Amino acid sequence: MQIIKDKQRVDNTWQFIADDAALVAGDITVSLDRWLQDRADLVAHNGKVGLRLKASDSVADFAEDLANIKLVELDFADFADGRSFSQAWLLRGRYDYKDEIRAIGRYLPEQVFYLSRVGVNAYATEKTPDLDAVLNNLNDFTVKYQSSII
Amino acid sequence: MYQYTENDQTLIDERVAQFKRQTENYFKGELSEDEYRALRLRNGVYIQTHAPLLRVAGPYGLISSKQVRKLAHIARTYDKNYCHFTTRQNIQFNWPKLELVPEILAELATVQMHAIQTSGNCMRNTTSDHLAGVAVDEIADPRPYCEIIRQWTTLHPEFDYLPRKFKIAVSGALNDRAATQFHDIGLHLVKNDAGEVGFKVFVGGGLGRTPIIGQVIKPYLEQKHLLSYLEAILRIYNLFGRRDNKYKARIKILVKETGLEEFTKLVDAEWAHLRDANELSAERVDELKAHFASPAYDLAADTDTSFAEHKVNDKAFATWLAHNTAAHKVSGYTAVFISLKAPDMPPGDVTDVQLDAVADIADAYSFGEIRATHRQNLILADVKQADLYTVWQKLAALELATPNIGTATDMICCPGLDFCSLANAGSIGVAKEINEALDDLDYIHDIGELKINMSGCMNGCAHQSVGHIGILGVDKKGAEWYQITLGGSSENNAAIGERLGPAVAKDEITKAITTILDVYVKNRLEEETFLEAVNRLGINPFKEQVYANN
Ligand code: SF4
Repeated sequence: MQIIKDKQRVDNTWQFIADDAALVAGDITVSLDRWLQDRADLVAHNGKVGLRLKASDSVADFAEDLANIKLVELDFADFADGRSFSQAWLLRGRYDYKDEIRAIGRYLPEQVFYLSRVGVNAYATEKTPDLDAVLNNLNDFTVKYQSSII
Repeated sequence: MYQYTENDQTLIDERVAQFKRQTENYFKGELSEDEYRALRLRNGVYIQTHAPLLRVAGPYGLISSKQVRKLAHIARTYDKNYCHFTTRQNIQFNWPKLELVPEILAELATVQMHAIQTSGNCMRNTTSDHLAGVAVDEIADPRPYCEIIRQWTTLHPEFDYLPRKFKIAVSGALNDRAATQFHDIGLHLVKNDAGEVGFKVFVGGGLGRTPIIGQVIKPYLEQKHLLSYLEAILRIYNLFGRRDNKYKARIKILVKETGLEEFTKLVDAEWAHLRDANELSAERVDELKAHFASPAYDLAADTDTSFAEHKVNDKAFATWLAHNTAAHKVSGYTAVFISLKAPDMPPGDVTDVQLDAVADIADAYSFGEIRATHRQNLILADVKQADLYTVWQKLAALELATPNIGTATDMICCPGLDFCSLANAGSIGVAKEINEALDDLDYIHDIGELKINMSGCMNGCAHQSVGHIGILGVDKKGAEWYQITLGGSSENNAAIGERLGPAVAKDEITKAITTILDVYVKNRLEEETFLEAVNRLGINPFKEQVYANN
């Protein structure tokens, strides 16, 4: 599967491990609940570890651990749930997170300009043709009123 | 008024292109109904009973003559020759074709107008005092701050998908004419002991289903912290506002459920991270102030004597002056209300012909600027006294000089059942009927200051809960009924109206209103306004008469 990262199409190298599934080798993402529960195992994991956040998750709950987290996926259950935008902003603006923040799930390619401005730098889409839309829409505006996070 | 820079223009042009693509994708089936809905709302497009409705932003109520001519052109070309001014200083078109909306927006963009964020769960058009910059009771001009907020709220990347809509109002005067205590955030310009202008910040006010008066969250906020403080409030709201129930999603519910004290702590903790990094510079404020510098007033304007003569010789002119003008800070100038409440027009509606003529009058007599008020009228803010007679004659010829500003027939009224798909009951027809029952101007003037607000459903777009008399359309087994409230106010003495009693049927509502007015006339003390009388008497005397025969 391909995604957009830093305005390029790249292959996705990560897989999500459900809460009730066993860890597998390689780069994985897990839920925040699992991270908080199995932190020791995950830190020792053979491969990189990332988090898949729900809109209701609190960034403050894992902010101190960000050095161990190499990807944060913002999982949109509903494109209209704007909390994920603040999560991204907090990760970049408050906690100085430098690794990948990826939008996944049911956001709209129409929202990627805003997402990029709060610090999201990667996009997985449910439909492949949407990758083109993402690339295109990242350039929707050449001007802005507020300062962006990056 | 504010003139766009190249960046401002580029931004709205790019927005038009973006919405054009979104609309095309919707027609191609690439965006679902739900997805397109969220996007079109953020571009001012509602779908209502007959057709889409396009709501164009009037930034804090200011419109130039050039813009007014464009509105006239759009009304003529894309609509049925009229448009409608709303209580939030915006302009609505009731009959555009959806596929033509991008084209209309492109036309608007040529005169620095747009429909961005005039609906949807995002930060809406910032509203302000319609007498800003000319009011005699002004502490400081709110418009530069409104423009700063307009820019900050426009296409804000983090706060465009809020739990619910979010409205900010700014008042710079002693008397609040912007209903700031009924906004998600209300800002009052105030001065500290050192004479520096800052903000008294209210939060959690709102109308609609659950009217709540805003509470003071910060008695004095320094000017330089304006945007960081707004950001802190918005972030807390975005993260913690309820998203499970649309009727509990406004910030007023969050503030109520959290408690003001706890809510303030959350905001202050957030703000502590932001305040020093994001200061609003004095230079930036000065730059914006320059956009709102006073026009070149004629300092000898008050030496004119013709005005006084006309006043003595023409009673109709004198009556109009008494009701449809407001004092101006510069001697010899007057702010003139253009009444959009002629008896035979739906409140707030204005035709293309009238708009073009108003633009001409504004060019000739008021520095080319027009303002929209919260009560669905317009204002020419800077008319010389020597020109008042001519302006009055011209307005009268256009049926825009009904001398009823602030009186019983200056009703505010939502589109109701005639246009709005959410309505329970008609409002325009009832407004007309009440108008007809009150066709005696002397009687209206004798009753004096009175705000009647009427909404077609609980959403309360016409702010019935803060009307001195509020009328709310309700549905009773498919029939249109009306709930009456008395004693509301959106001014300094903010209050939510009290229910008079059970709703009344459509064929009894006009009688109920005239009965209420009769009770007032019989019981008032000398000089006592309707609102004061209701506050003194309570609702019982009114109730007894209105329900006397039931
Ligand atoms: S108050 Fe109700 S009926 Fe009137 S415009 Fe608003 S939503 Fe429609």
